[in-house]
Amino acid sequence: MNIPADLKYTRDHEWVKLDGDIATIGITDFAQKELGDIVYVEIETEGEELDGEEVFGTVEAVKTVSDLFMPMAGTVVEVNPGLEENPAVVNEDAYGKGWMIKVKVDLNNLGSLLSADEYKELVG
Amino acid sequence: MQETETLKPTALSHIHTALGAKMVPFAGYEMPVQYSGVNEEHIQVRSGVGVFDVSHMGEFFISGKGAFDLIQHVTSNDVAALVDGKIQYSCLPNETGGIVDDLLVYRISEEEYMLVVNASNMQKDWDWISKHNSFGAKMENRSEEMSLLAVQGPKASEALQSLTSIDLANMKYYTFDIGTFAGVENVVVSATGYTGAGGFEIYMRNEDAEKIWHAIFEAGAPQGIKPIGLAARDTLRLEMGFCLYGNDINDTTSPIEAGLGWITKPASGFINSEEMARQKKEGVTRKLVAFEMVDRGIPRHDYPINDAEGNEIGVVTSGTQSPSLNIAIGMGYVTKPHSAVDGEIFIQIRNKSVKAKVVKLPFYKAQ
Repeated sequence: MNIPADLKYTRDHEWVKLDGDIATIGITDFAQKELGDIVYVEIETEGEELDGEEVFGTVEAVKTVSDLFMPMAGTVVEVNPGLEENPAVVNEDAYGKGWMIKVKVDLNNLGSLLSADEYKELVG
Repeated sequence: MQETETLKPTALSHIHTALGAKMVPFAGYEMPVQYSGVNEEHIQVRSGVGVFDVSHMGEFFISGKGAFDLIQHVTSNDVAALVDGKIQYSCLPNETGGIVDDLLVYRISEEEYMLVVNASNMQKDWDWISKHNSFGAKMENRSEEMSLLAVQGPKASEALQSLTSIDLANMKYYTFDIGTFAGVENVVVSATGYTGAGGFEIYMRNEDAEKIWHAIFEAGAPQGIKPIGLAARDTLRLEMGFCLYGNDINDTTSPIEAGLGWITKPASGFINSEEMARQKKEGVTRKLVAFEMVDRGIPRHDYPINDAEGNEIGVVTSGTQSPSLNIAIGMGYVTKPHSAVDGEIFIQIRNKSVKAKVVKLPFYKAQ
């Protein structure tokens, strides 16, 4: 299981990478494996200010569909433009080219993110 | 199915696990849903050859003088059209216009038949047929002692021919033979499947399953044979528009609504055949249609179907992204006026009404 040590994680199997007050968010290697072949990522919340736990999009695999949740409150400032053409990139490179959104966050209000070790424990 | 219930392994579950399959509970069995990935497995079957363990399916043997009369009474198709070695797709109509299950009927001899039923309906079917057995037919449920492998794909006969003297390439669709396969006697080799890719379904005793599985993989190695999970089985069948019980047909859908009029022969006098004759003659108010998404979105079971004005006109029964065609496809019931081919319908996907177009089946046409 690929769980990079330098990222933060959520119980909804998303990863968070902080760069100043911009958080890049995607789904974990565990999540992409569970979903199987991803065929569509629908994110229509660009520019919106969302609460933590609010749905920011949906990921569709061949066999299943799953909501994407905000790990913390913030404004969606960018959606990965590469997902429209090639959603399978989430399967191929979940922590890199498969990123989903960038969110402007309040650094004092990041919620309860998990460390890599804590997430590793969660997914066994 | 309650989670506390113990899952039954098939005779091959340990092999699937060793091959790295993702195992899921299905109709009380522990079944392989995926090995390398659904798209890759799907394409493997469309272009080469793959093996599904579908041992969860149920096999009932009906024999004796009353066998024909019982099967003619409980199934919708005309059993009189069968000859030895021939197979018929059929369904078990209930008394209220719906379907107890869909099934295959194998005629072994004039007085012996094998019925192959869905695992999820096995007990319901057994009880239903038993209840209607006023013909003195002998019934035997051999589901627990039999395994079933579906070897599917355009290279299936080439991959398997070295294992049997049955002339596989010349077997007609929906026929079967009983013979020696991989050195095992009394194996049923059936030119059927649920994929539209061609191939065979092979019925054997559980104790022979492992030997036959390994023999198939050895014989098919030059053709690049691979194990395939149930997820790809579902996408393959949906590309052909084959109904899945529990999704597209159930206790409340009529075979006529489901487009199964071709296996519904009221003149053969089955349970509720008068009503089916009436529906065939007078028509039905809703129909199962196939559709392709025009705008972006993937239809799923139970999503509402709307007309252009937003009025609900039906419901999605199956949907997926087609791995062969790379478009989103689905089936669903709509009111009759909206069932015409090329008609525009709208699938309610979350909070949006997404445009789709009614199309003819199959979605996938063999090259």
